[in-house]
Amino acid sequence: MVANQPEKEHPMPAFGLAARDPSGVLSPFNFSRRATGEKDVKFKVMYCGICHSDLHMIKNEWGTSTYPLVPGHEIVGEVTEVGRQVEKFKVGDRVGVGCMVGSCRSCDNCSNGVENYCPKMILTYAGTYHDGTITYGGYSDVMVCDEHFVVRVPDALPLDAAAPLLCAGITLYSPLRYYGLDKPGIHVGVVGLGGLGHVGVKFAKAMGAKVTVISTSPAKKQEAIERHGADSFLVSRDQEQMQAAMGTLDGIIDTVSAVHPIMPLIGLLKTHGKLVLVGAPEKPLELPVFPLLMGRKIVGGSCIGGMKETQEMLDFAAKHNITADIEVISADYVNTAMQRLEKGDVKYRFVIDVANTLQQA
Amino acid sequence: MAKSPETEHPQKAFGWAARDSSGVLSPFNFSRRENGDEDVTIKIHFCGICHSDLHAIKNEWGFAHYPMVPGHEIVGIVMKSGKNVEKFREGDRVGVGVMVGSCMSCDYCNQDLENYCPKMIFTYNSVYHDGTANYGGYSDMIVVDQHFVVRFPDTMPFDAGAPLLCAGVTVYSPMKYYGMTEPGKHLGIVGLGGLGHVAVKIAKAFGLKVTVISHSPGKETEAVDRLGADGFLVSSDPLKIKAAFGSMDYIIDTVSSVHALTPLLALLKPNGKLITLGLPDKPLELPMFPLVLGRKLVGGSDIGGMKETQEMLDFCAKHSITADVEVISMDQVNVAMARLAKSDVRYRFVIDVANSLSK
Repeated sequence: MVANQPEKEHPMPAFGLAARDPSGVLSPFNFSRRATGEKDVKFKVMYCGICHSDLHMIKNEWGTSTYPLVPGHEIVGEVTEVGRQVEKFKVGDRVGVGCMVGSCRSCDNCSNGVENYCPKMILTYAGTYHDGTITYGGYSDVMVCDEHFVVRVPDALPLDAAAPLLCAGITLYSPLRYYGLDKPGIHVGVVGLGGLGHVGVKFAKAMGAKVTVISTSPAKKQEAIERHGADSFLVSRDQEQMQAAMGTLDGIIDTVSAVHPIMPLIGLLKTHGKLVLVGAPEKPLELPVFPLLMGRKIVGGSCIGGMKETQEMLDFAAKHNITADIEVISADYVNTAMQRLEKGDVKYRFVIDVANTLQQA
Repeated sequence: MAKSPETEHPQKAFGWAARDSSGVLSPFNFSRRENGDEDVTIKIHFCGICHSDLHAIKNEWGFAHYPMVPGHEIVGIVMKSGKNVEKFREGDRVGVGVMVGSCMSCDYCNQDLENYCPKMIFTYNSVYHDGTANYGGYSDMIVVDQHFVVRFPDTMPFDAGAPLLCAGVTVYSPMKYYGMTEPGKHLGIVGLGGLGHVAVKIAKAFGLKVTVISHSPGKETEAVDRLGADGFLVSSDPLKIKAAFGSMDYIIDTVSSVHALTPLLALLKPNGKLITLGLPDKPLELPMFPLVLGRKLVGGSDIGGMKETQEMLDFCAKHSITADVEVISMDQVNVAMARLAKSDVRYRFVIDVANSLSK
């Protein structure tokens, strides 16, 4: 059987950066995109955020990666062509694509605007599209995407700082709404102050919450409060601080993807409190059942958000001047960026300046 | 010098108590407080044996105080009612469940959620407002604040209704709170014991489709033919479990031993809810991928408030729901506990206190 040759499988040439194997090293990659279909939007990629998931995927840490792998699901750019049946977008529009590029469009989840929970949801990269070909993400010069999975980036948002909202933003916005943690005056905890956490603080503050950041790094306290607007900061390894804060939070969004104890977090919750995990540790966590029952508390999860909600999130961000704090890098810096990301050495998202720096050799 | 259980209060009482963590119950003379202005004194007719009683008498949760008179599924007749008691009079059929007190002033108490009051007082193995030990329903009489007494519906038999006071409200409350009452939705019930079998009946009364998940294949006929479940899955049958993946809107998990949550989470549809009611003595393993990828949640629930307990009893009376019980005499209680430890009961033992408790 002849393997798909990425350069030849579609009619339109494309260029990007791909990982070739679980070393995760990214290198120039010639491939191709499908012709712009009737419902497709084609856009020139201007910027793409580096999500921590990209790092997990290039190294095959979840066991689901196929190579060559072009990561990137925080993609923004300008429309260059639209298919005949496209109604929402025109050439020149500022648009974005997040973590999904397809779904079944007919199940209950799709009908209810939560395509992200469709069992046949198609990931923006390392997924398999309806035509059987592998999807390639936004570390590339051009994207072709079904208009249903494209969002408009409001004019008020700068493209580069808006890019991370397409994954980090919706990943925090959606559970704040779904789990009812968006009411003014409630007290929300955010665990982890990285790409997800810092955006979470901004959204929660804009929704009127009192926000406490919970982190293992005391060094992040000043930034959390002075730069991101958190009301307070708890060092999770400090038993006294954690004890004093028990039973004070209505909800917690936990962005940490490493295995960690959740019992102390459950203890921070008030009765009827909710612990929501958006990072997914690969090993099971220990769930202490007594506190769950005695306080009628819940532990839930959340994964990005549906398309309607993603647009709503961007519009909300525009209204409240919320963007990610970013470090813009050139395409040739990407492997160094990945190494720094692994050590948490970034404030708080790398964004690749694709349009200006991604060039064929 | 502390007073003895027999002398610390003015009303003489008699029951059976565990003396230590062997859990063996034996006759016990003690006393109850004078019937206060807010109190009712109840002659106990029946008391259900809840699995929690077994955990408690053996100190499996680590906070036992002995001597311990268990029992929190108590039904009986009012003998005395205090000056300020308007809801009950002598001769009324009443019940007492898992709580006998709370602070009565916090937000939770004010919202009929006494069960979540930080100062909630359990019916037994606890300390009352006056600092004395509380003794439960394996005894001849009990004195309780009227707020924590419920009226027992006339149409409901005492013996078969007693277990509703814990088992009934323990499953009814989360069904309401977590929105598991939409007719036609699919509920999975894990464990077909005291809680599980009542959950099947209440769920069917709400119009739900019900699948029982159990490790005992022998329970299928009972579950489907007698209790009215629509389906039955043996938890150790991986093929059948896999075939049912993503089919349930909610699951109520009544199992109190440590067990795997992964297959249960897989049975849920996206946005599904797994509510756990059992109290294992060690933490459970919670896999995060299914929670995150499917926006599923695991929640807890603990009995129900007083208003809800009354509502549950009235609901059960209306739908002719009672527990399936094996009535025993008081002197058989240790044998019953040994059988309960092996889940050898269909599905609740109930002690015929009035007829069999004798000094």
